[in-house]
Amino acid sequence: MRKVSGLSRFNIASLTLGLAFLYLPILILVIYSFNASRLVTVWGGWSLRWYHEFFNDRAMIEAAWMSLKVALASATMATLFGTLAAVALSRGERFVGRTLFSGMLYAPLVMPEVITGLSLLLLFVALNAERGFWTVTIAHTTLTMCFVAVVVQSRLGSLDRSLEEAAMDLGCNPVRAFVAVTLPLIAPSIVAGWMLAFTLSLDDLVIASFTTGPGSATLPIRIYSEVRLGVKPEINAICTLVIGLIAVVIVVASLASKLSSEQGESAAPL
Amino acid sequence: MSSRRIFARPARLAAIAPYVWMVLFFLVPFGFVLKIALSQTAIAQPPYEPLFDLAAGWDALEAAFGALSLDNFRLLASDDIYVFAYVRSLTVAVTATALLLVIGYPIAYGMARLPSRWQAVAMVLVIVPFWTSFLIRIYAWINILQHDGLLNQILLMLHLVSQPVVWLSTDSAMYIGIVYSYLPFMILPLYATLAKMEPALEEAAGDLGAPPWQVFWLVTFPLSLPGVGAGVLLCFIPIVGEFVIPDLLAGSNSLMIGQTLWLEFFTNKDWPVASAAAIVLLAVLLVPLLLYERLQKRQLEQGR
Repeated sequence: MRKVSGLSRFNIASLTLGLAFLYLPILILVIYSFNASRLVTVWGGWSLRWYHEFFNDRAMIEAAWMSLKVALASATMATLFGTLAAVALSRGERFVGRTLFSGMLYAPLVMPEVITGLSLLLLFVALNAERGFWTVTIAHTTLTMCFVAVVVQSRLGSLDRSLEEAAMDLGCNPVRAFVAVTLPLIAPSIVAGWMLAFTLSLDDLVIASFTTGPGSATLPIRIYSEVRLGVKPEINAICTLVIGLIAVVIVVASLASKLSSEQGESAAPL
Repeated sequence: MSSRRIFARPARLAAIAPYVWMVLFFLVPFGFVLKIALSQTAIAQPPYEPLFDLAAGWDALEAAFGALSLDNFRLLASDDIYVFAYVRSLTVAVTATALLLVIGYPIAYGMARLPSRWQAVAMVLVIVPFWTSFLIRIYAWINILQHDGLLNQILLMLHLVSQPVVWLSTDSAMYIGIVYSYLPFMILPLYATLAKMEPALEEAAGDLGAPPWQVFWLVTFPLSLPGVGAGVLLCFIPIVGEFVIPDLLAGSNSLMIGQTLWLEFFTNKDWPVASAAAIVLLAVLLVPLLLYERLQKRQLEQGR
């Protein structure tokens, strides 16, 4: 007997193997960060030794701090610009240069980072800008606002437009209708967009390498130069901390968006 | 006048700030890449001949246009290293994308068959690794693949091999890294089309006597082609220009174009050649990029 709908054994096997493939390497990395042994492959019992080492590593801490600042600043700017872009694309109907606009927004999503990084660096050099925090932040904003725009735009596309139209028929001007009706409904996607921008910025190695200046390395740049020399338990500890931070951001943001979508649902049947 | 059209006017104004930003920081920089690709290498800081100085007036501008040269592009075409790098990038990208499709399809298919409550959970589970750092995920594999790493320990324990196998600095390690990093990009668009598919179509084909593999090839797969297209482009384009994965996992005897560009730029400080390499890379990717743009636009603007 063959069942077309429902799960076959093949389906279950491919799902299990697929998820194991995605999660096991990260799990192993996290476990080995608590390894007491200096040899990465020999288990020497549980220990927080490598975390201690990290917190005494001034250069690493400085790089981590730099990355956090860049991620916070660029994610916030990217969310602002990306949301504006999404509103223009999904509600602006036709306007001059629309095709160019959407083209510029979608291309960075897949554009190899070596190209984006190199081109931005050449711009900064031509402008004689001092390279460091601001140049990396501008570069990350440019990349991540495109992701924010796509996330918010897909939410705006699925939204019932009659809600904002009703608000306008009841006397709201467009800006007020947007702030009172549309904005609360797309808030979860704006939060998701910010998170995505934050983690992408925290993660980026290539664009940051091109656009940063001497003395202001980000965390991925430091990790990369260490990793090239081989596996070090301290790097496992740093990676675990980054994973932990991202996990906290995801949990907080998904709670926040759940809260606001519940409010959204209670507002919807008006 | 409908309220929809009244709403559109301030919505259009919202485009101004992001528009200016993208022109300034995305479009204009390409002009600089082109300009420097056409200029001469110099031992200076920054390391290229300044092409023109607007303050010097029209004559200088004319002289500058005379000085434009295709030398850097000629170098790229004549030096085997670059030609090989482009060929290798395309080969790696095609192979890896094919692997991703073969591995990602059954997973996406399994997800689409789950009860709808579990589908949401599975989707989150596929997305979450995408949020953890790219570099960290590659590093995780270095842990596993190194000489006395977990993979070799397991293989030795099971007596599948008698000596540790060299994994790092090989193409297999690179393919593992690429498949691992890009898998969510392949699964999600595939899942999106498979989940929307009408199960009755497959059932009908089965009822009419088609064996399962025929149901798959004649019904399921053709209907999922939009998802296949999106997944393939989403993986293929960035893999061609990939730098981090081949640099950390593959051997250094044959380089991908992203690596040669990086090397020219950071090690040899040859900015003009690096820029020319970027222009050629962009030209290679132009068609897939345009296809991707069309797909993305259609998907976002029709609403799902």
